Amino acid sequence: MAKTNVTLTSSNAGMPEDRQLTVSIYRYNPDVDKKPYTQDYDIHTSEFQGVMMLDLLEALKIKDPTLGFRRSCSEGVCGSDGMNINGKNRLACVTSYLDFSNHITIRPLPGLPVVRDLIVDMTQFYKQYEKAKPFLQNKNDPPVRERLQSIEERNKLDGLYECILCACCTTSCPSFWWNPDKFMGPAALLWAYRFVADSRDTQKAERLEALEDPFSMFRCRTIMNCVDVCPKGLNPTKAIAHLRDEMLKDTS
Amino acid sequence: MSLSEHVFDAVIIGAGGAGQRAALQLAQSGKKVAMVSKVFPTRSHTVAAQGGINAALGNSGPDNWRWHMYDTVMGADFLGDQDAIEYMCKHAPDTIIELEHMGLPFSRNEQGKIYQRAFGGQTLNFGGDLAHRTCAAADRTGHAMLHTLYQKNVEARTHCYNEWYAVDLVKSVNGGIAGVIALCIETGEVVFLKSRATILATGGAGRIFQTTTNAHTCTGDGLGLVLRAGLPLQDMEMWQFHPTGIAGVGVLVTEGCRGEGGYLLNKNGERFMERYAPHLKDLSCRDVVSRSSMIEIREGRGLGPKGDYVLLKLDHLGEEVLKERLPTVMTLAKTFAGVDITKAPIPVTPTCHYLMGGMPTNINGEVLTVNKLGKDQIVPGLYGAGECASVSVHGANRLGANSLLDIVVFGRAAGLHLEAALQSGIEMPQVGTAELEEAMSRLNRWNFSQKGEDMHVIRTEMKMIMQKDFGVFRDGDTMNDGLKKLQALKERLAHAVLQDKSLTFNTARIEALELDNMMEVALSTAVSAERRKESRGGHSRIDFPDRDDAHWLKHSLYFGDGRVGERQVSQKTKETAPIELQLREH
Repeated sequence: MAKTNVTLTSSNAGMPEDRQLTVSIYRYNPDVDKKPYTQDYDIHTSEFQGVMMLDLLEALKIKDPTLGFRRSCSEGVCGSDGMNINGKNRLACVTSYLDFSNHITIRPLPGLPVVRDLIVDMTQFYKQYEKAKPFLQNKNDPPVRERLQSIEERNKLDGLYECILCACCTTSCPSFWWNPDKFMGPAALLWAYRFVADSRDTQKAERLEALEDPFSMFRCRTIMNCVDVCPKGLNPTKAIAHLRDEMLKDTS
Repeated sequence: MSLSEHVFDAVIIGAGGAGQRAALQLAQSGKKVAMVSKVFPTRSHTVAAQGGINAALGNSGPDNWRWHMYDTVMGADFLGDQDAIEYMCKHAPDTIIELEHMGLPFSRNEQGKIYQRAFGGQTLNFGGDLAHRTCAAADRTGHAMLHTLYQKNVEARTHCYNEWYAVDLVKSVNGGIAGVIALCIETGEVVFLKSRATILATGGAGRIFQTTTNAHTCTGDGLGLVLRAGLPLQDMEMWQFHPTGIAGVGVLVTEGCRGEGGYLLNKNGERFMERYAPHLKDLSCRDVVSRSSMIEIREGRGLGPKGDYVLLKLDHLGEEVLKERLPTVMTLAKTFAGVDITKAPIPVTPTCHYLMGGMPTNINGEVLTVNKLGKDQIVPGLYGAGECASVSVHGANRLGANSLLDIVVFGRAAGLHLEAALQSGIEMPQVGTAELEEAMSRLNRWNFSQKGEDMHVIRTEMKMIMQKDFGVFRDGDTMNDGLKKLQALKERLAHAVLQDKSLTFNTARIEALELDNMMEVALSTAVSAERRKESRGGHSRIDFPDRDDAHWLKHSLYFGDGRVGERQVSQKTKETAPIELQLREH
């Protein structure tokens, strides 16, 4: 019978010590509030399970059901709960309060209209995403079996296809704040490059041409806030640099 | 009643893999179709599927869809319908190739073909060696699939009602379903989406349990809709507990971990699956592995302060393989368990993961009920696909990576069948005031509630009952006790109050409506589980430890008014002989 020495260096087994947190949350319900305000909630961490900011928000919502925020998977893959926590855009479900002091501030993602509390209107973000034509285009008839793609070709999609459309990057980008209708923003540009980089896509030239105007891509000033905040560790700035390189190659 | 009407050929409720695949089929054929989802489509729970999707492509050596069928029938502990399993396994390769052509970024093997890994319960040659049948995009297959399908729906300009909530089905005056009452979450607007046909693709309901791998949004909405429309649910006792939920948190780590060579250990460092299942070991079916882990825990060989978990060891696979094949697991283990998997094992415990039961459908996705004589009857205007449906390909226990397959195969099948039906003409259903009022009654009840109990107290109690009395091991006495408590809870819920009546993005209202559905699902599970007096697949009873084919080789039915019944399990295969009844490795 196989035996293995079991060593468990760290785990969730130990309960973290009880702390009293004060959470300042941006509140605005257009049905009842004339203008936004900040509400402070006091809560002991022993009152709820889990160490994530989403666990904390769920516990607060039981105390105050009027508090509005989006959430779904609770493991950082659906992209619902992007919000600004202590000044940085993050996903509440994979951000631990253990990393913060006892006073935490939560605001909606910046740069998009607030619908209610921590919920923003993402229409503009999705419009920019659609502008990237985020779907594979291949003008050749498909083969009977899969289109072949080498491991090396497929590796080029790593760091691109994993985007979860949480909007943490785009709403942290000053270029997007200034031109949300014309600058596509880091997420949409990451998707644009994901299809340019795909060996199975035949519309590379058209895709690059669509980005040639002064705004769609060229408003990126490599501020790199997007890289700093991406909860999936992706690098939209690098993708944008690749798009520019491809454009140069294309014209030379 | 002034209720604005939006009219469509087809309304699809749910935008996970099944809903989006159906919507794509209909949108591409030029039908007037609406896809309704309470979340933006890429936030649906398909996105969280990690390991992969099964198809006998044979990219890693010879394979045959008949072998896949055999494994699925065995895995289902013979409660699966063999006509549906045959259809799914046979159409799996084409469906996967179609997804690849759509752009799904599958991982690749040395030949540039789709990479296929080993997974639980998958064998070659009818129970022989382990098969490598599970197509994967690293450990993000669900994410890659859902985004690909959404991208194609963007291209097809599918009409989306994003962040709209389906309140209740509307019946037509001559039987059948005429559409659905839908609530715009952002504005509070309520409309009647009238359609020639409605497809339910609302996913699972794992949130009825205290700990689950499921998203907050998996609240069994379609199941509640069906019960309130007077239609039955099938095999609602059949829940899958995944062996590797991160202990204390519930977050899933994929079976692909064991597919790539990981294994489970008890506190003595023993690879205990060798003892329970000498042939497939850690890659036995999930019900078998979960039961084994629970026995280890119950017999005192678990770890942790409460001795309530076992370990999943991965470090021997090496950093390179882990980074390439299991990058998500690496991050999740770090985030939720504080574990570096290149150095230490992950604490894991069996966790509620998947509902095998649901609304009974045929292989075209048409929803079924039974008449007074117990004969199947198609419900006009209603389809179902994916986790909310019970077609039934999973029977009493689903094989890993058969769920992503189920959703695309039957989302597509429902779309194809409805496309043809629309082509030959489906009449627009007629609806009267009485039908609309009936469908509005639940929303009105909450909207006009003045005082009563807060719903969250009831929700918490429900989850605790389900966790305690309807888990991996079940027993008659405790289930009866749990059932009584649930019935009392349902009564309390009928008098609970919605304090916040505001219209703009009122998530409290949505959670109240969701709880109605969760309560229906919990009760259907409790009644069906208490009633099935045998152990089969995911339903394991201490008081009836054996499978009882003489009495229970049949689907169980549950109606919202408390009626129960049965349906035959189908053996009607078309191309291959049905798999004969036999015992499986328990």
